[in-house]
Amino acid sequence: MKKSVFLGTLTAAGVIAGAAAAATLDDVKARGKLNCGVTTGLVGFAAPDANGNWQGFDVGLCRAVAAAVLGDPDAVEFVPTTGKTRFTALASGEIDMLARNTTWTFSRDNDLKFEFTGINYYDGQGFMVPKELGVTSAKELDGATVCIQTGTTTELNLADFFRSNNMNYEPVPIETNAEAQQQYLAGACDVYTTDASGLAATRATFETPGDHVVLPEIISKEPLGPLVRHGDNEWGDIVRWTLNALIAAEELGISSANVADMAGSAGDNPEINRILGTEGNLGEMIGLEADWAVKAIQAGGNYGELFEKNIGENTPIGLSRGLNAQWTDGGLLYSPPFR
Amino acid sequence: MSDTHAQTVGYVRETFIPEQAPPHAVTGPVKWLRENLFPSWFYGILTIVSVLFIFYVLSIFLPWLTGGVWDAANIRECREIFAGDSAGCFAVLTERWHQLLFGFSYPQHAYWRPTLALILLAVAVAPVLFSNLPRGMLAFTALYPFIAFYLVWGGTILIPLVALAGVIGGYLVYAQLVDRSLVGGLIAGVVAAAVIWWLGGFVTAEMPNLLALEAVPSRDMGGFMLNMILGVVCVSLSLPIGILLALGRQSSLPIIKWICVVFIEFVRGVPLITLLFVANVVLAYFLPPGTNFDLILRVIIMITLFASAYIAEVIRGGLAALPRGQYEAADSLGLDYAQSMRLIILPQALKISIPGIVNVAVGLFKDTTLVSIISMFDLVGMIRGPILASTDWNGVYWELFGFAALLFFVVCYGISQYSQWLERKLATDHR
Amino acid sequence: MTAITDPPADGFKLSMLINDTRYRGLTFQFVALILLIVMMAFLGMNLVRNLAAAGLNISYGFLGEPAGYDINQTLIDYTSQSTHLRAAMVGLLNTLLVAFMACITATILGVIAGVLRLSPNWLVRKLMSVYVEAFRNVPVLIWILIIGTIVTISGANPRDFLTRGGSVEPQSELFLGMFAFTNRGFYSPALDLGPGWIVVLIALIAGIVGAVAWRWHVRRTLYNSGRLLPSWPTWVILIAPVVLAQLVLGAISLSLPDVESNNFNIQGGILIGKPLIALWLALSVYTGAFIAENVRAGILAVSKGQTEAAASLGLRPKRIMNLVVLPQALRVIIPPLISQFLNITKNSSLAIAVGYADITATLGGITLNQTGRAIETVLLLMLFYLIISLLISAVMNVYNATVALKER
Repeated sequence: MKKSVFLGTLTAAGVIAGAAAAATLDDVKARGKLNCGVTTGLVGFAAPDANGNWQGFDVGLCRAVAAAVLGDPDAVEFVPTTGKTRFTALASGEIDMLARNTTWTFSRDNDLKFEFTGINYYDGQGFMVPKELGVTSAKELDGATVCIQTGTTTELNLADFFRSNNMNYEPVPIETNAEAQQQYLAGACDVYTTDASGLAATRATFETPGDHVVLPEIISKEPLGPLVRHGDNEWGDIVRWTLNALIAAEELGISSANVADMAGSAGDNPEINRILGTEGNLGEMIGLEADWAVKAIQAGGNYGELFEKNIGENTPIGLSRGLNAQWTDGGLLYSPPFR
Repeated sequence: MSDTHAQTVGYVRETFIPEQAPPHAVTGPVKWLRENLFPSWFYGILTIVSVLFIFYVLSIFLPWLTGGVWDAANIRECREIFAGDSAGCFAVLTERWHQLLFGFSYPQHAYWRPTLALILLAVAVAPVLFSNLPRGMLAFTALYPFIAFYLVWGGTILIPLVALAGVIGGYLVYAQLVDRSLVGGLIAGVVAAAVIWWLGGFVTAEMPNLLALEAVPSRDMGGFMLNMILGVVCVSLSLPIGILLALGRQSSLPIIKWICVVFIEFVRGVPLITLLFVANVVLAYFLPPGTNFDLILRVIIMITLFASAYIAEVIRGGLAALPRGQYEAADSLGLDYAQSMRLIILPQALKISIPGIVNVAVGLFKDTTLVSIISMFDLVGMIRGPILASTDWNGVYWELFGFAALLFFVVCYGISQYSQWLERKLATDHR
Repeated sequence: MTAITDPPADGFKLSMLINDTRYRGLTFQFVALILLIVMMAFLGMNLVRNLAAAGLNISYGFLGEPAGYDINQTLIDYTSQSTHLRAAMVGLLNTLLVAFMACITATILGVIAGVLRLSPNWLVRKLMSVYVEAFRNVPVLIWILIIGTIVTISGANPRDFLTRGGSVEPQSELFLGMFAFTNRGFYSPALDLGPGWIVVLIALIAGIVGAVAWRWHVRRTLYNSGRLLPSWPTWVILIAPVVLAQLVLGAISLSLPDVESNNFNIQGGILIGKPLIALWLALSVYTGAFIAENVRAGILAVSKGQTEAAASLGLRPKRIMNLVVLPQALRVIIPPLISQFLNITKNSSLAIAVGYADITATLGGITLNQTGRAIETVLLLMLFYLIISLLISAVMNVYNATVALKER
């Protein structure tokens, strides 16, 4: 009987305020914390550092949403999820939003009943091979052994690519990125395939990155974005427009350095004024404070700052903006207008 | 021996020859070598092969261990220091030991709390394991769950106090009524405990900061500490459930018997990992909408169910091993089922089941590493997740897994040595 | 508990449901049944409500859809266009394959280690203790990961064997021109069945039957006349027909691994993949340590008097072991051995840690991921394991019954 009591106290400690199907915003506010699903560890996107603080590009988005909703970028509970558990965690309400470089696909949107609220990284699947193999194109990979991280769309893309090019391959499914690298470096597979961003991040950690080349072919579209449950449109809007605010902020030149000044008084640009809440009532429309976007931008900077800090060219990951540049710079980032 | 023979003997020695040392071949190290290493040519060959094997392993392992680097910021520095040698990069252990042991979210200044809880665990478990210790120590064992909860999870001291008060209140009521009826006593005890907890809930809500330690949510538990928590909590929770299941399976009531049989065989028939999948991806759908247990609690539930099925089988073995006469003696004294079980059968059956239970506990403790597969950061999850994924330590495998293996080995070997000692102690047959 | 109590003088009272031992059992069962039904209904209703709230449904329709992913080691034909159900079947067969292989090697290892732990050789005894304790006291997941790494780094790279169409001098030669142990697996020649292979097969079967018959004859002669016939004809009878048939017909040829045609891998022949080898090894040595303990306990359980009695009859140590100790020890060893076999099957569910496509990796891993049908796949997965476990238990229990002590 004593033991069952212990279970009872445990239950009391463990039961957390649940998330009902509707009104995620109210739940988050009542809880005072945002539950954000991230990966168990992918450098640059989401990984705890030596002190246990989560860092990364996806993490930055979680913090921005928490800042917009709760006013505190640290009011986030990061819930590590695997490829297998991420969708259930979101569907069952364990997490409020999922920012885990998840590819936006038709079936995930419609069959699994999720709502993708935008795209924070345009990615595509690529191949990395040792330079000594002398391979210059993915079309030459007939008969190769390929390491894939299991539980992602990459497995399906890979099968499609080799089938449509009438080539054979030997797949080696691997659970974590770290183990995939180990296999690849030990020569247990000829090719490592994952999203191009992941390849760059992986290559950066090698002892001799120069011995490996990323092949030019990108065999799939991988639009990665945050997602929420179907059916709570208010909450979906908050996540969507927080992301848009970060993108628009870069376009309009609002950064974490100058956002406080700009928000101090209304300026010349009406759109900046509307985003920062010095003009109009956008905050009221979305159900947040007037300065919601200011806090979101202050949390980690605008989109460009997040990119440069976590995965940009000055980091070990060293990704260039590419498709993820603003539309004004020839990229695909294009935030709808704030009005 | 007749006298006639005496004539043929020319000389008879009248004194003893002084004792001589035995030949070298049958004494000292040579004898030991002959008997233990070269008793026959077959074993001689085995000895030589073994020596070569040990030499080979040590020739790889020792330079790796002694040449290891203990002080470096990341693997690249390690590689620079080795300059091509293959040696251990143990700097990862000095750099990340706190993450390996406590996970990355547990507040660093509070590490003394789980450590103290671990030390107290040894004190609490000792009287259960060693019957020659004073029985008064069992009182501390009974208190331990509340102390451990307070230390590990923190929060106000009122929560464990109220829980304790509920248990004591419930037990007092039960003790009052048990002589009249066991069932009535149980029900009344549970009701009394529930009332005390319900009332205590108001008190706790009023004073959330009374003697409060910093509260740590269970999501922040990690590293080896998580393995220990899961192991200890699940084994202790599964013991009473296992006893009930074992009794149910032995019961003469068909419906109860079949419920227990189906449960036990089902749980023993599936791997733990599928049950953890249930905890992780399915269980949430079976709970009332709006409630949400956090992952660690769901995992505790599933591992407890898993362990209780195995413990039930061990206890069933203990029940079956009791001589039939014990059951008959209890019946002939006029004891009813509950009394005979409580007073006669279970005390003996549990005693002979202890080695088996300890083995299940060791196995279960090892199996707690499987939670790493469902994205929990236990010791193995910590290694495979954040540490190996970081740019600093990507590529350090042997040191980390060797460390993990060593930690588990120390704990499990200790427990299994105890279990063997106990088996020898309980073995009453003389051969 | 059929206590003899006087029948109550008056009629049935409600309190008798609790207080009368004749009715109490019924009451308990009734309450238990009601509680079970209530719990089931509670869980079921929660499920229905949760699914409705999330807009999901329970459907096994996805099993008929194309899986879309490839699997590296398949025992039956499978392409990425096959259905999820077929992928599950591939996984199931892979689970059974590795479990079967590991059961055999673990038993052999365990028996050797268990017997050696009782050997007079001090060094071997200690070495075996180290083996047993090291593997018993460290989680199987850690061993699988460690052994997976060892296998990965210990083999040569298959590229070292390749000639790339004759353009490169290979760094390594195939062993005997047909075998290669690489970090991607073990390459061996495949058997190419030409016309007439059925005759060779029949010859093989005939050889086996003949050999068994000869053994039976030897034993009968020994028991009837005390004459010990030589054992070498067994091997002649076993091998001669099949060799003869093959030499005459030349029906079966070896198809050797091909190092020329591809730039990445050795083609052709049979490849036993590295994931399978790693998992097989890991499960074998891990469970072997447990079986060693069972074997040791079984041998120790045979009373010393039995050994002494056999010795006093003049039997030599080897015969004492084979004729007296082992048959008795087996009775103690087999029940725990069965549960070790079950453990191997269940532990094989960790296959994905080394990249082996067992049923947990296909159905419970990739299929679950791609379809998002968590409830359906996990339930199906549990069902598969339950069936396998119950089958193994059933088969082994039958065997157990045949070797059990026939008492009175």
